[in-house]
Amino acid sequence: MPEVVIPIGPQHPALKEPVNFRVIADGEKIVRLELDLSYNHRGIEKAAEQRNFIRVLPLLERVCGICSHSHATAFAKGIEEIMGLEIPPRARYIRTIIAELERMHSHLLWLGVAAHEIGFNTLFMWTWRDREAVQDTLEEMSGNRVHYGMNEIGGVRCDLTAAQVTAALSRLPVLEERIKQYIDMVNSQETLLIRFRGIGRMSREEALKYGAVGPTARASGVDYDVRRDDPYLAYAEVPWNVVTDTLGDVYGRTRVRIGELWESTQIVRYCLENLPEGPIRVDTPKNAPKGEILSRYEAPRGELAHYIRTNGTDRVERVDIRTPTLANWTSVAMCLVNQNIADIPVIVAAIDPCLSCTSRLTVVNRRDRPRVAGPHTPLSGNRLFGRKGEDSP
Amino acid sequence: MTDPVFTLLYIFIFPGFVFLVAYALFLSFLDRKIAARMQQRVGPPFYQPFADFIKMLGKEVIDPDGVDRRLFDAIPPVVLAAVMTAFLYIPVIGYSPLAFPGDLVMVLYLLALPTIALFLLGWLSRNIFSAIGGIRAVTQLFIYEVPFFLALLTPAIMAGSWSISEIVLWQQHNLWLVFLQPIGFIVALIGLQAKLERTPFDIPEAETEIIAGPWTELTGRRLALMHLTTEISLVTGSALIAALFLGGPMIPWTFSDPWLNGAVGFSLFLAKTLAILLILSSIKAATGRFRIDQLNEIGWKYIASAALVQVGIVLVINYLWVTP
Repeated sequence: MPEVVIPIGPQHPALKEPVNFRVIADGEKIVRLELDLSYNHRGIEKAAEQRNFIRVLPLLERVCGICSHSHATAFAKGIEEIMGLEIPPRARYIRTIIAELERMHSHLLWLGVAAHEIGFNTLFMWTWRDREAVQDTLEEMSGNRVHYGMNEIGGVRCDLTAAQVTAALSRLPVLEERIKQYIDMVNSQETLLIRFRGIGRMSREEALKYGAVGPTARASGVDYDVRRDDPYLAYAEVPWNVVTDTLGDVYGRTRVRIGELWESTQIVRYCLENLPEGPIRVDTPKNAPKGEILSRYEAPRGELAHYIRTNGTDRVERVDIRTPTLANWTSVAMCLVNQNIADIPVIVAAIDPCLSCTSRLTVVNRRDRPRVAGPHTPLSGNRLFGRKGEDSP
Repeated sequence: MTDPVFTLLYIFIFPGFVFLVAYALFLSFLDRKIAARMQQRVGPPFYQPFADFIKMLGKEVIDPDGVDRRLFDAIPPVVLAAVMTAFLYIPVIGYSPLAFPGDLVMVLYLLALPTIALFLLGWLSRNIFSAIGGIRAVTQLFIYEVPFFLALLTPAIMAGSWSISEIVLWQQHNLWLVFLQPIGFIVALIGLQAKLERTPFDIPEAETEIIAGPWTELTGRRLALMHLTTEISLVTGSALIAALFLGGPMIPWTFSDPWLNGAVGFSLFLAKTLAILLILSSIKAATGRFRIDQLNEIGWKYIASAALVQVGIVLVINYLWVTP
């Protein structure tokens, strides 16, 4: 069978966000993958240069609809470091609680999506139901389900009352029980096992070579987690473990994420029970001194890096955001080679791609733009049946 | 069977066309409701499949560029007619008045038509997702059809007849075949699930992989009729398994009042098809989707072998126990 080009995206049921894969397949086997990212350039970095720090935080929260707290914290952390501020312990703990709740709802969402990719909709519905409990907790604490707006330069926006702490603690046992159930399910559900095991395997060397981050890298045995290796917030004081796996396939990534779900519940529990007293914010100067910093943060999807350069005003001169999804794309393109066409959704979903967050640039090239059928034109249907030259303009 | 009016009533009103469509839509609702409750959702109201059907009938029919329109229009009604015809030979309240020796083979043949039609639709759609879906549909057909046929032919071997009504009659005098052929029953259920392309066998229409497979380019009334075909296949298939393995609408004794006999038979038919639907819906809710190569391995290694073992067992039983 000759090589066939299968266009996936920018509109496709498996994709929740726009991206275009041109999968070159020989029969059922994938030969090569061509990626076209960045359909959703929003100019966030430029917009961040136009605003002062206070107004940049809500803007950066909107980089991602799932790891919103990650972006705001990474930025606030960087600016505080440039300003030489030490934020109060209570604020650090509250940021940690929100961060881990965010990780929980992100991983629950991922588990559901991964199950949906193999048609196992029951697990999808169940995890999304349990995700509601996490989001309810977040809403109780911050007033919002998605963009919590908890961060400020120098601390957090609002305090946790005793009642909020009790309510959050009372939700945890249910979640812990459910997560245990998912651990059982993932280890015993037959269709899930045969679709996840041995799929999209990546060795430790490959993970390092292609620069994979987060659960994707940890599933291949890369023992690296910014929370432990470059501690920030309250992670140095909280007892927790980095979850790694040696399998390196989709099943391994699932196990790492479920393990992290469990660790997150324990971190949240510890932080809620040992919440230090004191102020939640310190006074900050208006301007930041001239300086530059690389602020690293372990987002649910992996290492997130904000490069920030300040010039002595109340604005950043440059902020550059490297999302974990961008770091993981190369590993996907590598993992897909020699795999089955039917496994594309699972392997792509296994890095938990967050496509619109990744869009950092867009290329406009009017001169070289193809006049008839561009790379985005779904022409393979015609190509398969040997029709040529009939593409609509 | 002599009165032509009775035959027409049987074909068009009960249990033919009118009842069949209503019952198919109702089973489709139950299927969705059961799955929804298992997934902790609310699920649709009872009239939802009917509303969907009417809505889709009213939608615009879009012809993809370069598609043979007449063939595209013709395929859905043809397969709908095929599965509806198949249902007429299955006993609902008593024997089917249209029964003839060998109707089992014809029913199986008619039930295989929708898959062939899906392959054709996929191939004609001039769309790569449809083409892949169509190829997968026909690959899957070769995997499940052999064990499914074997499993459904074992009752025929045991009862010594190729007529569904005769097999039901045999069970009335002896024993439900599910007790004598449990392996065959399980293989038949798996085969039916695969025939209806429900999870874990929804490989040809795997949404996240190939959009809707052969269904991708179907719109309007074509889509409505194909959906109805699948729903009627569900009724026909579960009624067929109920007749072959669960004794159909018969009980071991008869009442003197023919109306009472009919009512009991009909209730048994409803109860047995609903029980089979419950099993099929539970399988759907409890599993993910196989990959086609994995299904190939499972199908030929285990399911086909199980069906062969069942045939062997039936032959031995028949040899040892001369059936009355």
